[in-house]
Amino acid sequence: MKRIGVFVCHCGTNIANTVDCAKVAETAKDFPGVVFACDYKYMCAEPGQVMIQEAIREHNLDGYVVAACSPRMHEPTFRKCAERAGMNPYMVEQVNIREQCSWVHADKTKGTDKSIDITRMGVAKVAQNEPLFSTTIPVTKRALVIGAGIAGIQAAIDIADAGYPVTLLDREHSMGGKMAQVDKTFPTLDCSACILTPKMVEAAQHPNIEIVTYAEVQAVDGFVGNFDVTIRKKARYVDVDKCTGCGLCSEKCPKKVASEFEMNLGTRKAIYVPFPQAVPNKPVIDAKNCRFLVEGKCGVCKKVCPTGAVDFEQKDELIVERFGSIVVATGFEQFDISKYEEYGAGRIPDVITGLHLERLMNASGPTMGKIKRPSDGKVPEKIVFIKCVGSRDEAKGRSYCSRACCMYVAKHATLIKEKIPTSKSYIFYMDVRTAGKNYEEFYTRAQNEYDAQYVRGRVSKIFQVGDKLIVRGEDSLLGRPVEIEADLVVLAAGMDPQQDAKDLARTLGISYDQHGWFTEAHPKLRPVETHTAGIFLAGACQGPKDIPDSVAQASAAAVKAAGLLSKKELTAEAQTARCDEAYCSGCGLCVSICPYKAIELKRISERVHGGTRERQVSSVNQGLCQGCGACSVACPSSAMNLKGFSNDQILAEVDALCQR
Amino acid sequence: MSAVDEKKVNAAGQPDPNWEPNIVGFACNWCTYAGADLAGLSRMQYPPNVKLVRVPCSGRANPQFVLRAFQKGADGVLVAGCHPGDCHYATGNYFTRRRFLLFQRLLEFSGIDPRRFQARWISGAEAPKFRDVVTQMAEEVKALGPNRKLREEV
Repeated sequence: MKRIGVFVCHCGTNIANTVDCAKVAETAKDFPGVVFACDYKYMCAEPGQVMIQEAIREHNLDGYVVAACSPRMHEPTFRKCAERAGMNPYMVEQVNIREQCSWVHADKTKGTDKSIDITRMGVAKVAQNEPLFSTTIPVTKRALVIGAGIAGIQAAIDIADAGYPVTLLDREHSMGGKMAQVDKTFPTLDCSACILTPKMVEAAQHPNIEIVTYAEVQAVDGFVGNFDVTIRKKARYVDVDKCTGCGLCSEKCPKKVASEFEMNLGTRKAIYVPFPQAVPNKPVIDAKNCRFLVEGKCGVCKKVCPTGAVDFEQKDELIVERFGSIVVATGFEQFDISKYEEYGAGRIPDVITGLHLERLMNASGPTMGKIKRPSDGKVPEKIVFIKCVGSRDEAKGRSYCSRACCMYVAKHATLIKEKIPTSKSYIFYMDVRTAGKNYEEFYTRAQNEYDAQYVRGRVSKIFQVGDKLIVRGEDSLLGRPVEIEADLVVLAAGMDPQQDAKDLARTLGISYDQHGWFTEAHPKLRPVETHTAGIFLAGACQGPKDIPDSVAQASAAAVKAAGLLSKKELTAEAQTARCDEAYCSGCGLCVSICPYKAIELKRISERVHGGTRERQVSSVNQGLCQGCGACSVACPSSAMNLKGFSNDQILAEVDALCQR
Repeated sequence: MSAVDEKKVNAAGQPDPNWEPNIVGFACNWCTYAGADLAGLSRMQYPPNVKLVRVPCSGRANPQFVLRAFQKGADGVLVAGCHPGDCHYATGNYFTRRRFLLFQRLLEFSGIDPRRFQARWISGAEAPKFRDVVTQMAEEVKALGPNRKLREEV
């Protein structure tokens, strides 16, 4: 019989208020195997842990149960505590009398009874526990960064500076992401290209960074320290090694189409670079619009290319490479404003979004920085901004705040006043949220020095009369309807996750929330990690973020990724599957059920009746096994078992719970 | 055990109105257990009848564990995990779904009211759903009275 200790935590008053901790400890003394039980104010604090360690030595404990908060919170704490006292860390079980008792059952009797029940369950499990030992796995000292926007670039540079090779991947054919489309950045009004493009060049020239653009992640196998990533390099139809980036091909290409980079306000050719400072500055052929690829005629670019870089025969290429850690920085998409039918969005040409305005204001944009209405090219005098379009709106399924819109509207109002001094901006808002450093000052300046008029209220309708847009809404501070004749309406469209974010999440095996933003392991304490070891999050793929926040988070993710790569080897999960070869019939059901391909059949020879016999049994790769336990249920002879959650342990828990 | 039995059934053989069902829950570590934690964090109140056994994945919950719980006198069993498609272990809960769909029919065949055994998908963000599922299950099982089938007499 094991000698078991029980430690009941008060968690200050969090538990003690609605659970009689002393009674739980007192009752636990009678559970089979329990030789010591006590309660204390804070078990996770230093004195509490010293107490546990002393009790281990004094009572010669084989294992212990902590009745406290959730094991998802403090299990590692109590395992380490056991280790310091020379006990195997897996001889510890934590039962949850805070989240599952004291906080949800106001009735002290009921809470105490349930606490006693689940403490009995914990003791029954510990009685079945066995010491477990971790194995080690090697680390591939390379990182993959998915998405080469500002977050991805920053993460890649930081990891590369730490001395590890990085592959920076983007599905577009240039780095830069959304920030490349932005004209100026708040609150300092730096020109976006002026601060972004040096970063792009720094990344491109860094000896540790390999840039792979126009490529997507197709599949991810393996596990922390050893991810095997299949990358699809899409056909560019241009040999980047031969291409010098002279631009002659784009110049001569006869096909003009709307440019996505210019938000369809400008045009580009079928062979093109999206913007002048693109990195890598090599063109790509848009297969859907290329006359040669569609109709088999033309081929002008091939004829004019001085180095013979155009290659219409190119095909998508699949490469598999191994990485130790992955940083996901896939960013966001602008909310699709056509969901706001009442604003005429997508129908009325002079109702545009923030990103459209960014392109109109940009000196290298389609209008050379002159703000002109898309419909007739007139310079607008009265501009109406509408905030929270696609954010904080339950009716459109966007309950969250998009964080950057308040500031970019203030920025737009400021910049428009600078460019068109006679203009007047009206800004319809619900709230103004300016929670960053120097943000509030910037917003106040837009109001006081740049004459931006803030109107609190919702706009109900926008319609065209002649060449004017009538914006009808209400001023909820004055409590009366307002109508403004505007020349241009700018919708501060919020942020949406990338449309295919969920597919990528499934490929990577990370989780996402109801909107499609990737979920961090803990919102406060593990903000850049995912629940999948070795995969980290940077930038707006995790939730709406502005540039300063994205950069800060990217550096944080980089430190985590580099920290992992700096290890000689990793400690593998100890709670893995184990096959009892004596019972295994070699049927292979576990092999097909394992999602990690961690189980293989192997041949063993054994002595039977003086002779030897060969047969098949299952064998588990401890490095690959993640400990889900699916195999143990599939096994018809119970040969497969999960260490830490064995059949005996779980059945002991069930029995203990039923024994009231 | 006899004292407990007296509590469950009064002298006239009628169910005791003060009787409370005992329900064993198997909760996957990544979704449902986290959802239960969030319910605690949000101070949601629910009846204490469901007690959770933490398992790494709902796919670890063996139908045999459910049978054992019924044998040992549990009045209801809940198996809960991540939504299909969202499994921390990629495919674990698909196995759960398949196994327990079949298993539920077996239980019904052997005379167990299907309300005594439920398999549910509760994500880590769905604290209200966790509260509602355990509350509803406690009520339903209470209405059904003590489990007599499959039970080992002690």
